[in-house]
Amino acid sequence: MRFGTEIVLVGLAAFAALAAAGLAQDSAFQAHMWVLFFVLLGSAIVLMRNTSFAPEGAASIPLKADTDGYMDGPIRYGVIATTFWGVVGFLVGVIVALQLAYPDLNIEPWFNFGRTRPLHTSAVIFAFGGNALIATSFYVVQRTSRARLFGGNLAWFVFWGYQLFIVMAATGYLLGITQSREYAEPEWYVDLFLTIVWVAYFIVFFGTIMRRKEPHIYVANWFYLSFIVTIAMLHIVNNLAVPVSPFGSKSYSLFAGVQDALTQWWYGHNAVGFFLTAGFLGMMYYFIPKQADRPVYSYRLSIIHFWALIFLYIWAGPHHLHYTALPDWAQTLGMVFSIMLWMPSWGGMINGLMTLSGAWDKLRTDPIIRMMVLAVAFYGMSTFEGPLMSIKAVNSLSHYTDWTIGHVHSGALGWVGMITFGALYYLVPKLWHRERLYSLRLVTWHFWLATLGIVVYAAVMWVSGIQQGLMWREYDSQGFLVYSFAETVAAMHPYYVLRALGGVLFLLGGIVMAYNLAMTILGHQREEEPIGGTVVQPAATIQNAG
Amino acid sequence: MEAYTALRQFADSWGLLAMTVFFIGVVIFAFRPGSKKSAEEAARIPLKDD
Repeated sequence: MRFGTEIVLVGLAAFAALAAAGLAQDSAFQAHMWVLFFVLLGSAIVLMRNTSFAPEGAASIPLKADTDGYMDGPIRYGVIATTFWGVVGFLVGVIVALQLAYPDLNIEPWFNFGRTRPLHTSAVIFAFGGNALIATSFYVVQRTSRARLFGGNLAWFVFWGYQLFIVMAATGYLLGITQSREYAEPEWYVDLFLTIVWVAYFIVFFGTIMRRKEPHIYVANWFYLSFIVTIAMLHIVNNLAVPVSPFGSKSYSLFAGVQDALTQWWYGHNAVGFFLTAGFLGMMYYFIPKQADRPVYSYRLSIIHFWALIFLYIWAGPHHLHYTALPDWAQTLGMVFSIMLWMPSWGGMINGLMTLSGAWDKLRTDPIIRMMVLAVAFYGMSTFEGPLMSIKAVNSLSHYTDWTIGHVHSGALGWVGMITFGALYYLVPKLWHRERLYSLRLVTWHFWLATLGIVVYAAVMWVSGIQQGLMWREYDSQGFLVYSFAETVAAMHPYYVLRALGGVLFLLGGIVMAYNLAMTILGHQREEEPIGGTVVQPAATIQNAG
Repeated sequence: MEAYTALRQFADSWGLLAMTVFFIGVVIFAFRPGSKKSAEEAARIPLKDD
């Protein structure tokens, strides 16, 4: 019987969620368990409707079919999930931006900025970025190891388990369940579940590497593996907490005071370093050579890039706590290691860009390559800006202002977003065996909408952040602050409206991509003129034109 | 000596030395004579398959 064990396990889990809702100690936990119960109940019903008593493998639907012996089902699902959560996450981003510009849009209690903001960050980082990382890592590790995914249906558990984590995290935020740790807001029971999913992910990925037929482990897999292992370590340590009750949503951190703050920013900065950087560098080292059809510029530089990145990033967290109760030496250490990060940053950027040397014409003819190159350029720019902002003197102006928000978005939209879009445009025709994308012209539209959106966003946040920082520290001749805090908030209004406009442009680009990918998956091809230079017109055409 | 001081002293002496030596070792290993050929082979891994 197909899905026999899965139906039993999901059914039991649904029953356990129902029991937990009955035994709940607080109303938020109760509501959260009801959500979990209905999600699991729905999953069990879907599984039961898809079961069959035919022998294993008798009929598989195309979406789950293998390619050349590689397990591509979870990757296809992952590509669709990435696109879906991407559009959702960008949309929530536009909503929170508008909430900041127009406070009336805060709808109490569920849609306050305090609850929708983590919804946005988790949706884009963990739902969009996480699904992209899981899907591409499964794709890359199989192709570069020339081995099928290890662990059979465990890869499906990783995919669906991760979606359940996203649903639980998102609904929890809206219900007001949070442990108030930035980028680690989900409470203890959701954290425990994610740990199980993550261990399964590690087993699938590492098992595939172990059964590889290629003697060398390609550098992209090193980056993916460091991302998986480090995130496991960070997630467990930062979420060490004692729940008040096994049937309650509240827990208390194991650490107190400045130790707690440092643990959180050790986690927080390495979420940037290993989730948003190392993982996506794995993507860069596979998809740029594939799309350009050239090997990476310097493989030896990529090895140095890898070791420099993982050696330095882990120490950079204290720069989030400049001028706090953290010991001065720790602040200086965080700053020095952040500045040393210029080394892997520029090594990686040069390596990515120079892969195109001798094929720069592709920038004009291939909008997918253009997207990837812009991603690498933003990687270089935002990882140049980051160390600069970690210098204490700069940080005294930039910290707590919108400059930080602008910096994060130039990295997240520019680097993470663009490299993911490039990978998705590469993957969809391959995975669904289409000759080409539905439309390359729409990719160009997406490219310009997204680029314009990022530029508007980042530029506006620079101006607003620096103005904010300068207003906060403005003293008069008597030594009094010139501006009240409310005055600095009011001064930000025009910038917040423009920022929302940048977000809308980026969201529109995401919607154009979703449409393009959906049409490609459905098997359509748009009739369109090739992009300038792709086809060299024979002389006859020119004569006709004349 | 309390644990904080001991760990702190270990971190900025032997710990730092060990990591620096390891990192320099990686750089030397990556650029050792004869690594160019194997690196070029490794760089072609993604292009071999489909």
